[in-house]
Amino acid sequence: MNTADLITYLKSTNLGRILKDYPIAGDFLANFRLEAISKVLPLPQALEEVEDETLAEFGLDTYGLLQEFCMFLENFTRVEESTGRVSSLTILGGFNKMKEPESVELTIAAGEVISVVGPTGSGKSRLLSDIECLAQRDTPTARQILINGIAPDDLRRFEMGGKLVAQLSQNMNFVMDLTVREFLEMHAKSRLTGNAAEIVEKCFLSANELAGEKFTLDTKLTQLSGGQSRALMIADTANMSNSPVILIDEIENAGIDRRQAIKILAKSEKIIFVSTHDPLLALRANKRIIMKNGGISKVIRTSAAEGKSLAAIEQIDNTLQELRNRLRNGEIITEELLK
Amino acid sequence: MKLVTVAGPPSSGKTSVILKLIECMDLEKGSIGVVKFDCLTSFDKLSYQEAGVPVQIGFSGKFCPDHYYVSNIEDAVQWGLASEFEMLITESAGLCNRCSPYINGILAICVIDNLSGINTPRKIGPLLRFADIVVITKGDIVSQAEREVFAFNVKQVNSSARLIFVNGITGQGTFMLSKYLRQARDILTLKDLKLRFTTPAAVCSYCTGETRIGEKYQMGMLKKLEFKGV
Repeated sequence: MNTADLITYLKSTNLGRILKDYPIAGDFLANFRLEAISKVLPLPQALEEVEDETLAEFGLDTYGLLQEFCMFLENFTRVEESTGRVSSLTILGGFNKMKEPESVELTIAAGEVISVVGPTGSGKSRLLSDIECLAQRDTPTARQILINGIAPDDLRRFEMGGKLVAQLSQNMNFVMDLTVREFLEMHAKSRLTGNAAEIVEKCFLSANELAGEKFTLDTKLTQLSGGQSRALMIADTANMSNSPVILIDEIENAGIDRRQAIKILAKSEKIIFVSTHDPLLALRANKRIIMKNGGISKVIRTSAAEGKSLAAIEQIDNTLQELRNRLRNGEIITEELLK
Repeated sequence: MKLVTVAGPPSSGKTSVILKLIECMDLEKGSIGVVKFDCLTSFDKLSYQEAGVPVQIGFSGKFCPDHYYVSNIEDAVQWGLASEFEMLITESAGLCNRCSPYINGILAICVIDNLSGINTPRKIGPLLRFADIVVITKGDIVSQAEREVFAFNVKQVNSSARLIFVNGITGQGTFMLSKYLRQARDILTLKDLKLRFTTPAAVCSYCTGETRIGEKYQMGMLKKLEFKGV
């Protein structure tokens, strides 16, 4: 519907019908304290019963409100496609803190996992923020980021408006007091997709696959353990977030299946950066970026030999996991278990 | 001189964002000045002085902070011009959510934080609704999902604003914000320009110092709450 059609529709259709056609319209009415307005009349007529004062408090009159309503529906019925499909991301090197050039040209395809390693202060966060703002040789590192092989112009950079990159870090918490179901439904609603129930279910199932201890849809977010919270955040980011790039700052050991986490994220056809010092995660990535002195010093492709040692590392990890489970179940740890 | 207005609820991170922003603008020291409009006290003067940013602080005290702001903003501009700033940033706390110190044609930035609750964007009204850029802070400590829902709720109230996530501690995100600031318009005066939204109105007995409670002490412009039977 174009704007003129939408205005005609709003003027001629009773609000009850509009709310059925566009459930999100309920939010609009609530935002302007108009929840109680008559639903059997079209908006302009229904507004006649509202005191002018109420609208004036929002700096609006009847006509202004109609326009706002129209804009609101236009905005929230458009399927958000502003980030577009990102099939590859390229990092063109700039300079490190010593002003030495980074001789790097790294292209990462959707579905690839890249680990970023290096000591504190080596420039990991700067790299991640260059990616986030799609640096065009205009940040202190002078790096350039290409999307699908093309340098995005300023307009596109602005339009990305924080939608390019989803972030997951150890410091993150849920601050809402909701149940898991309410939380997932709320997030699904903000995506404006029709299949909310389906995607909520999918998120919930994959979160439980990751979590050491299971939780239900009626569990409160605030009652989730650290591992369960992280599991839910990962499953939610993989299944619900629209962002084509995910930045992960370590996945802790406790109460979560890290291998499975990386698998779920990679399956979602996103580009994944994991900042980690965990060999299990780092070697699971296709490549790893080595940071030093504020710059990219090397890019190492995970070799076949490294891939082999991954099996041995997994065994060590499994042993540790087994020990954790035994501790949890009140069993005794013996030396035999380490063999 | 460019003028930028920054507003937002108390403790949303306005000062941190401005300081990171000034750092990121990479102009000569002292060429960006700040006027902070606050209510009773403020501890931000030190933060600005430490960073070598010329700052002027004004306290509205017993006056409506919005009225105080609008009656002093032109003087602030003249102070900025006299100090030969390239840019002047005004910072004011939206002390009632009804506050919105934005001026037509002057870049308006609203700073709100992810910790303030998921529905806050839908409650704070003109402060958010009339901003050109909405800066969302403290995103590093809440989940991605909450950031997305929060951004969605901001869009509900102000669909035309640009959203920028800024980390006030590391400065992540300020780079894009600084790109907008460079586009802010140059001004010599604000005379005859208009506020984007009216300031809260009240000329009642309490404005003039009345403290006693009861109908017989209430005079002037009043708004009464209607209590319905239970």
